[in-house]
Amino acid sequence: MQVQLKVNGKSVTVDAAPNTLLVQAIREHLHLTGTHVGCDTAQCGACTVLVDGRAVKSCNVLLAQAAGQTITTIEGVAAADGTMHPMQAAFKECHGLQCGFCTPGMVMSAIDLCQRHPKADATQIREQLEGNLCRCTGYQNIVKAVQQGAAAMKA
Amino acid sequence: MGASDFAKLPHIGESLLRKEDYRFLTGAGQYTDDIVLSNMQHAVFVRSPHAHALVRSVNKAAALKAPGVVGIFDGQDVAADKIGGLPCGWLITDTSGQPMKEPPHPILAQGKVRYVGDHVAMVVADTLENAKNAAELVEVDYEPLPAVVDVRDTQKPGATQLHEAAPNNHCYKWAIGDKGAVDAAFQNAAHVTKLDLVNNRLAPNPMEPRAAIANYNRAGDDYTLYVANQNPHVERLLMTAFVMGLPEHKVRVIAPDVGGGFGAKIYLYAEDVCLTWASKKLNCAIKWTCDRSEAFLSDAHGRDHVSHAELAMDKDGKFLALRVHTDANLGAYLSTFATAVPTILYATLLAGQYATPQVYVEVDAWFTNTAPVDAYRGAGRPEATYLLERIVSRAAWETGLTQDEIRRRNFITQFPYQTPVALQYDTGDFHACLEKSRELADMAGYDKRKAASKAKGLLRGVGYSSYIEACGIAPSNIAGALGARAGLFECGEVRVHPTGSVTVFTGSHSHGQGHETTFAQVVASRLGMDPSQVDIVHGDTGRVPFGMGTYGSRSISVGGAAIMRALDKIEAKAKKIAAHLMEASDADVEFANGEFTVKGTDKKVTFGQVALTAYGPHNYPLDKLEPGLNETAFYDPVNFTFPGGTYICEVEVQPDTGVVRIDRFTAVDDFGTIINPMIVEGQVHGGLAQGIGQALMEHCIYDRTTGQLVTGSFMDYTMPRADDMPEFRLGHVVTPCTTNPLGTKGCGEAGAIGSPPAVINAVLDALAPLGVKDLDMPATPHRVWQAIAAAK
Repeated sequence: MQVQLKVNGKSVTVDAAPNTLLVQAIREHLHLTGTHVGCDTAQCGACTVLVDGRAVKSCNVLLAQAAGQTITTIEGVAAADGTMHPMQAAFKECHGLQCGFCTPGMVMSAIDLCQRHPKADATQIREQLEGNLCRCTGYQNIVKAVQQGAAAMKA
Repeated sequence: MGASDFAKLPHIGESLLRKEDYRFLTGAGQYTDDIVLSNMQHAVFVRSPHAHALVRSVNKAAALKAPGVVGIFDGQDVAADKIGGLPCGWLITDTSGQPMKEPPHPILAQGKVRYVGDHVAMVVADTLENAKNAAELVEVDYEPLPAVVDVRDTQKPGATQLHEAAPNNHCYKWAIGDKGAVDAAFQNAAHVTKLDLVNNRLAPNPMEPRAAIANYNRAGDDYTLYVANQNPHVERLLMTAFVMGLPEHKVRVIAPDVGGGFGAKIYLYAEDVCLTWASKKLNCAIKWTCDRSEAFLSDAHGRDHVSHAELAMDKDGKFLALRVHTDANLGAYLSTFATAVPTILYATLLAGQYATPQVYVEVDAWFTNTAPVDAYRGAGRPEATYLLERIVSRAAWETGLTQDEIRRRNFITQFPYQTPVALQYDTGDFHACLEKSRELADMAGYDKRKAASKAKGLLRGVGYSSYIEACGIAPSNIAGALGARAGLFECGEVRVHPTGSVTVFTGSHSHGQGHETTFAQVVASRLGMDPSQVDIVHGDTGRVPFGMGTYGSRSISVGGAAIMRALDKIEAKAKKIAAHLMEASDADVEFANGEFTVKGTDKKVTFGQVALTAYGPHNYPLDKLEPGLNETAFYDPVNFTFPGGTYICEVEVQPDTGVVRIDRFTAVDDFGTIINPMIVEGQVHGGLAQGIGQALMEHCIYDRTTGQLVTGSFMDYTMPRADDMPEFRLGHVVTPCTTNPLGTKGCGEAGAIGSPPAVINAVLDALAPLGVKDLDMPATPHRVWQAIAAAK
């Protein structure tokens, strides 16, 4: 089965079995290994990518369902010269990551969150991040990072 | 260099942003599952669906014919190749004087399975999907046996028996302290507080599931094992010397980026050995990545103690003696450090922060039909702290003292302090931690907040916990005397390059702790350079001399100290080179801020000039010194380190629903010297989340009859999410450790150790007006509601 989609600004064609998940296409076919798999029940959010701008758990979508859509993975967030996106920079400045495994999914969710709720307060950010598990940070610095990233995205 | 000089160096105490973050934030991290090798096959394990069963036969015929299958291995293949069982790294001697019972721990079942998820066979195929499909075709003929999962059941007469080598499912009885003196103290007590408690079983759940790739290279007859692991040299040592009988130099273990560990990635697991063994048999690379469901079944779990404690006091609330009995669940087999957790890492901490003259602890360790239990963040010390801090608060309530006052009356104030349970605390200031925590928590305003809660129909309570832990594991001679089968030193190699930049090789392993930044800060501060000029290499037995890895909050205090010793050697040699260049005597050369100077003159050379000279030794004392500037040190600590602190938790409980909300949580810790406050606070946040998770949400539950794991996914096991956690208030008291050159004590586990009793004490304080006196973790709404209903 051939599926055409746009990934990080480039048009790509993925030739894969019909039961291929979007996350498998991203990791195994396109070798974009920044998108991670942390569970098998669509609970952890480590595989979160943007599909047409909305945060989606790519372990819970078939590749075929993403046909013709625009996908952004963590590798496509920074500027072409490597300068980090304001949300990535905020995660670094606020120490919003430790082991880094949940981080790509967390950043993708955060970018979507701030686009939908630019004025979210700490409580709303915590509610909105329900779908992303982190075992290292206790979330405090992630919440701080999302607030700072939101402000930087508006600027 | 000593600890007081170290603390004054530039960059020490600065919150430098992390050097490792860029790769993690841009998707460039390389975790084991991200690695793809040529000719790489995929492995899937056939696991037991039964908690306890005889394995009558394993029929591989149909599976072997399935598409893409290149090999299937079972217990008979293991036996035929004489691959040994997994070793336990810590020998505990029973009170009878006999060694603990150490039944075989095969890498694939030898006629019997002993827990749900136990390894029966490994299927290797060209794709993961083909391997999974073929695994479905492996026919295993099981004869189910009765299962036992609870320590209170496994010791009953007539209970099902797991191992021939462990009669009555008993591994050992172990004790510490003077029983006679404790019993005598109880006879003279004015008051005795008693408490029964359960420390709930937990699943560590690092976000990256375990993964490994074994690659055999026929040309060199050697192996490379990529594995998500916290201590690659230990993994290699155990696998080569104790299981496979391979020469160590033929096995390279690489732990690349590792997505959290929390203890679960310390151990040598059956999967790692199966992959390595089969990679030679099939002459290929083999990858295995654990599903989360598999992780719940097969990662070593944590905690699972059932204890009875008694505290004797005089009429003034001074502790006279503590008497404890604990039943510890070790699971079906002995995991790598399982036996040390409920003994050395637990009972020795039961003096806590208190000058209790006598403590006696007796531990019985048992086998059950559950996943092996081993060290999980804190490892024994959370169990000790939970028991002690619960009984201390209960004692306060029974005697009419406040939770803070009973602690004040009993704190140790003189250091060094020899406890009655083996440890000698070098330093601390427990009163300062308590008072600072009360101040940050605004205890002066507590009564107002309690009244406000009451007006809303809510019950407010406050809970204290004053913890101490033993970190910086460990002086090898003491550990050896206590049964450790390995040393617990650390190594550090400092390689100065000709142009003056530095690469450091450390046996510590970073899987979230930020060593690439903190260790670079240490080195850059010592050598007077920018931290960007220092890179840290870890996690590769092919590059690092030899290291014992990261666990027990040991990295900075042991691994950092090894680097400090290597830097001492670098500085000493560099001074000699500088003396030669400046035509001065060695003794007159001083080194500060990256410059060598001669006392009383304006002569100076930079560290960079010395480095260049070391590698271009044209004008060089070749008769006295070797060229080059590359030094290695192994550091074996002289004592444990003793982080401590006081945590105060304030909760609101809804009496109608049992819902507990943490209103504020204050943590004041004494970690000694702090190198990077940002990273240290991050470690505390994470530890607190795991401790609060244990107290309110997390519980790994096996069905008590069938032995099936009930909480086998993130749908069932309640992981803390962002909206479950409060905003933490942190503070520090600093009494530098006196026994290592940095003055550091370690900060990785404190949060998980100190927080559970603070939360439960707060809930009990809130529920006291309703008559609730006891509650086991996790304090879920259901459990709290039941406790309220039962008290009515």
